[in-house]
Amino acid sequence: MKTIRSRHLVSGGMIALTYLAAFMAILPLILILIHLVAKGASSLSISFFTNMPRPVGEAGGGMANAIVGTLMLIGIACLIGLPVGIGAGLYLAEKRTTPLAYAARFLSDVLNGLPSIVIGIFAWELLVKHRGFSALAGGVALGAMMIPLVTRTTEEMLLTVPNSLREAALALGYAKWRTSIAIVLRTSLAGIATGALVAIARIAGETAPLLFTAFGNTFWSTSLRQAIAALPLQIYVYSISAYEEWHRLAWAGALVLITLVLVISIAARFVTRSRFGAAVD
Amino acid sequence: MLQSTEVVRQVRDTPVRVAAPALKVPEPRPAVDRAKPCVVTRDLTAYFGDTPAIKNVSATFPQNAVTAIIGPSGCGKSTLLRCLNRMHETVPGARVEGDVEILGTSIYGEGKSPIAVRRHVGMVFQRPTPFPTMSIRANVAAGLRVAERKGAISGSTDEIIEEALQRAGLWAEVKDRLNESATALSGGQQQRLCIARALATRPRVLLLDEPTASLDPLSTQKVEELVYELRNTVTVVIVTHNMQQAARISDRTAFLLAGELVEFDSTRDLFTTPKDSRTEAYITGRFG
Repeated sequence: MKTIRSRHLVSGGMIALTYLAAFMAILPLILILIHLVAKGASSLSISFFTNMPRPVGEAGGGMANAIVGTLMLIGIACLIGLPVGIGAGLYLAEKRTTPLAYAARFLSDVLNGLPSIVIGIFAWELLVKHRGFSALAGGVALGAMMIPLVTRTTEEMLLTVPNSLREAALALGYAKWRTSIAIVLRTSLAGIATGALVAIARIAGETAPLLFTAFGNTFWSTSLRQAIAALPLQIYVYSISAYEEWHRLAWAGALVLITLVLVISIAARFVTRSRFGAAVD
Repeated sequence: MLQSTEVVRQVRDTPVRVAAPALKVPEPRPAVDRAKPCVVTRDLTAYFGDTPAIKNVSATFPQNAVTAIIGPSGCGKSTLLRCLNRMHETVPGARVEGDVEILGTSIYGEGKSPIAVRRHVGMVFQRPTPFPTMSIRANVAAGLRVAERKGAISGSTDEIIEEALQRAGLWAEVKDRLNESATALSGGQQQRLCIARALATRPRVLLLDEPTASLDPLSTQKVEELVYELRNTVTVVIVTHNMQQAARISDRTAFLLAGELVEFDSTRDLFTTPKDSRTEAYITGRFG
C-alpha cells in the first residue's frame, strides 16, 4: 500500500521536474539575450541605424539599408500573406467539411513544416530565375511562409466565435457572407491580429528564403526590382567574414533583430489583452 | 443611506414572489379566438438527415396573440419554431417538407429567399446573443442595416432604436449608455436587448426559443411581462420548458410529443381540460 506520505513525495518530485522543464524552456532565450547584449550593445549607436555599411577598415559603418530592407520585405510579405491567409482561414472556419477545406488544412500544415530554404528555392524558380534577385522575390518567399501560419491561427480564432452569434445574425436576415465578415471576422479580429503579429515575428528573422531571392545589397536600395539588403542576411555575411569590426556589427545587428521580434511579440500580447469585450456564448 | 438593520428589515418584510402559484391561467381573450390566422403550418415535417424531428404538424397561430409550444426535451419544439423563419435549414443535412404560410404567403414558396423571410420574422434564442464588438445602439440597429426597403420603417434610426428599446422595456436602463459595449449588460438586460434588436425591424412575428432558460427569476419575470405586453402588437410564438410560464403568458398552447402535435388549444382549456390523455399526463407531471 502506498502511504499518503509517499504520494506526497512523488507528487512533489514531479512538480519539481515540471519547474525544471519550464526553466529549461526559457533558458535558451535568456542566454541568447544576455549574450547578445554583452556582445552587441557596445557596437550599437545612432550611426548603426543611420549609416551605410562601410568597407573593411573604415570605422563607423551601420546597417541603415538592411533595417529599411527588412521592413520593406516584411511589408511585401504582409501584403501577400495577410489577405490570403485570413481569407483562407475564413473559408476553413465557415466551410469546415468541404473536400477543399480538408485539403487546404492539410496542405497548409505541410507548408508550415516545410524547411524555409525550400520556399526560397520556390521563389527563386518563380521570380529570380529569369528576372534576377529582387526585393519582390524576397517578399514573396516570406509571404508564402506567412500564409499557412495566418491561415491556421485565423481558423482557430474564428472557431472560438460561438455558433449562437452566427445564428443570431442569420436570424436577423444577414446573408451568410455578411455574417462571416460583419459578425464572425469582426468578433475575432483581436485574435487574428495577434496571429498576424506572431507570423510577422516569425518571418522577420528568416534568412534562408532570402539567400537567393532578396540576396542582399551593400548599397542603398528601395527598389522592388533590385536586390535588397536585409538584417538577417547582413548578419550572416558579416558573421562569416574574417574581420573583427564586421563581427561586432553582426552582433549589434542580431541584437536589433531580436529586439524587433520581441517588440512585435509583446505587441501581440497587448492586442489580445485590450480586447473589446469577450465573446459570449 | 439605509442602516444595515433597516435593510435587513426591508428585505424581511418584502413579500416574496413565489415563482408560480401553480398554474394560474389567464382569462381567455375572446378576441384571440376570432383573430385572423398569422402563421399557418401545413403537414410540416422537418428532418435532420433521415430522422424527422417533427412530423406532419398542421397548426394555426393567431395574429397578435401569444402561442406557447410546450413538450418534453427533444420533442421538436425548437425545430418547429426554427421552421417558421427558415432557420432549420441552416443546419447541415436538415430539410423541410410541407409548407408554412405567414399572412397568407408561403415562406417556402418557389424563389422565396430565406434571408428575406428572416428579415420579417424576429427570433430570440435561449442564451442572450448580443454582438460583442458592437455598442448597445449598434446591436439594436444591426437588423436595420440589412432591412429591405428602409423607407418602409418610418422614423430616423435613433427614433427606431428608442422605440425598440422602449418596447423591450430596456430604454430607461440603457438610454445614457447607448454607446457602451453590449456585453457590459446583465444577462437579463442582454436578453431584452436581443428582443429589442429583433423588434427594431418591426417584424410581424416574433419567435422566442426558451428566452428565459438562462435567466434568473427576476429577469425571467421581466421578460414574461414584456411578452405579455407585446401580444397586442406582434404575433409571438414562444417555446418553453416551463409549463407555468406557458400558462402565465400565452393565449394558446401547443403540446408537442416526439415530433407530433398532440393537442393545440386555448391555454385555459389545454391546462384545465386537456382532451388527450398524454397531455394530461404531461401537465400533471407524470412524465417529461
